[in-house]
Amino acid sequence: MQEVVLAMLAKEPSHGYELRARLREALGPIGEAMNAGQIYVTLGRLEKAGLVASEREPGLSDRPDRKVYELTPAGQQRVADWLAEVAWPGPAPAEFHLKLVAAAAGRLADPLAIVDAQRRELLRLLRDTQRAALAEPTRSTAGLLLEGVALRLQADLRWLEACEQHWAARTGEQDREAPRSEP
Amino acid sequence: MSQAADRPPAARTGRDPVMVSRRLSKWFGKGDGLVRAVDEVDFEVRAAETVAVMGPSGCGKSTLLHLLGALERPSGGELELAGSRVDRMGERALARLRRTAIGFVFQAFHLVDELTAQENVELPALLAGASPRAARQRAAELLDRVGLADRATFLPAALSGGQRQRVAIARALSNDPLVVLADEPTGNLDSAATLEVLRLFDRLRAGGQTLVIVTHDSRVAATADRLVSMRDGALVDETRLSGGTRGNLGALAGLEG
Repeated sequence: MQEVVLAMLAKEPSHGYELRARLREALGPIGEAMNAGQIYVTLGRLEKAGLVASEREPGLSDRPDRKVYELTPAGQQRVADWLAEVAWPGPAPAEFHLKLVAAAAGRLADPLAIVDAQRRELLRLLRDTQRAALAEPTRSTAGLLLEGVALRLQADLRWLEACEQHWAARTGEQDREAPRSEP
Repeated sequence: MSQAADRPPAARTGRDPVMVSRRLSKWFGKGDGLVRAVDEVDFEVRAAETVAVMGPSGCGKSTLLHLLGALERPSGGELELAGSRVDRMGERALARLRRTAIGFVFQAFHLVDELTAQENVELPALLAGASPRAARQRAAELLDRVGLADRATFLPAALSGGQRQRVAIARALSNDPLVVLADEPTGNLDSAATLEVLRLFDRLRAGGQTLVIVTHDSRVAATADRLVSMRDGALVDETRLSGGTRGNLGALAGLEG
């Protein structure tokens, strides 16, 4: 959650409620279960850790809503590290999804490069699993466990394929729109 | 455990390329309807290497395989097989090349239903002009190599999917091809049969056979030495899978500590 909030801030300094709206948009129905206070609690922790800084907007009431948060250099570093990280099992689907959303929104990294890095890692793991499975005799009971690992890796790889197609189309649209939006 | 790790990588990476393409292209249609199915692809396959080509459907990977196998003519670019320029060959030379230098394996097996396993495997040798006796002997050897010597007299309908594909692979090996090209070889197979075919590919690779596999199945791709990804007709990513870090299988399966 901390990295996700940080990454959502990478695009531009934002109010807590803006972050919340961005998360809700990125997560869809899955985001509805999210507690409204969670963002503020997370922002508070991040501020204490020196990863974000906040500034109260002048002339407005003292509600936490009125604070504008931005990343500190340490926060930026944390986001970069998070985007570059590859691992399995995990990140959980929501975290990986938000990584791509945040990377694209903040132009922090190419979502397709993140997908490729994750895919390379999963393929290496799948290769090791397959090598071990091929070395097992046919119908071995231990082979069944390897098959379970392989099928889970495969499911993740298929989802990465879907991510790739989605973000490839999005990146294409942005490239076409970019010349118009820039003065 | 891992046979791949035991072999020196230089033995495989240091060899000469069997197949080289430069700016290889295939276009369909014209004007606004022009589709660049294969778009200036530079591709190299080295001797005894297994290369997997992956990508979403419609990315051009099957068309690329057809170009590499001289089943289709390129719209542009160059293709070399063992030093000969395939893109400059005439029809007769191409037909000869397909018969003698390339082995094909297809998703739907493409066996002749009326012929036994043995007769299916004999066909390419007979077409290439071998004597019936030599063809018979070669087919028997190959069926033995794919572990189906005891099924030689079976019709394809009496074989399982995995066995049918192994017969098709034996047929592809008939003329000792420089390279075997496989198009979704496990696309019609269940998990156990896929493993059967992968075991066979693995043995072929250990024996020095050069293989190019177009696949949708990441389990197949993961057994290759090198994996290239295609998108919109172009190669966009390459992963060398051999010599990678060997992960901790225990951790993968959820065994902690």
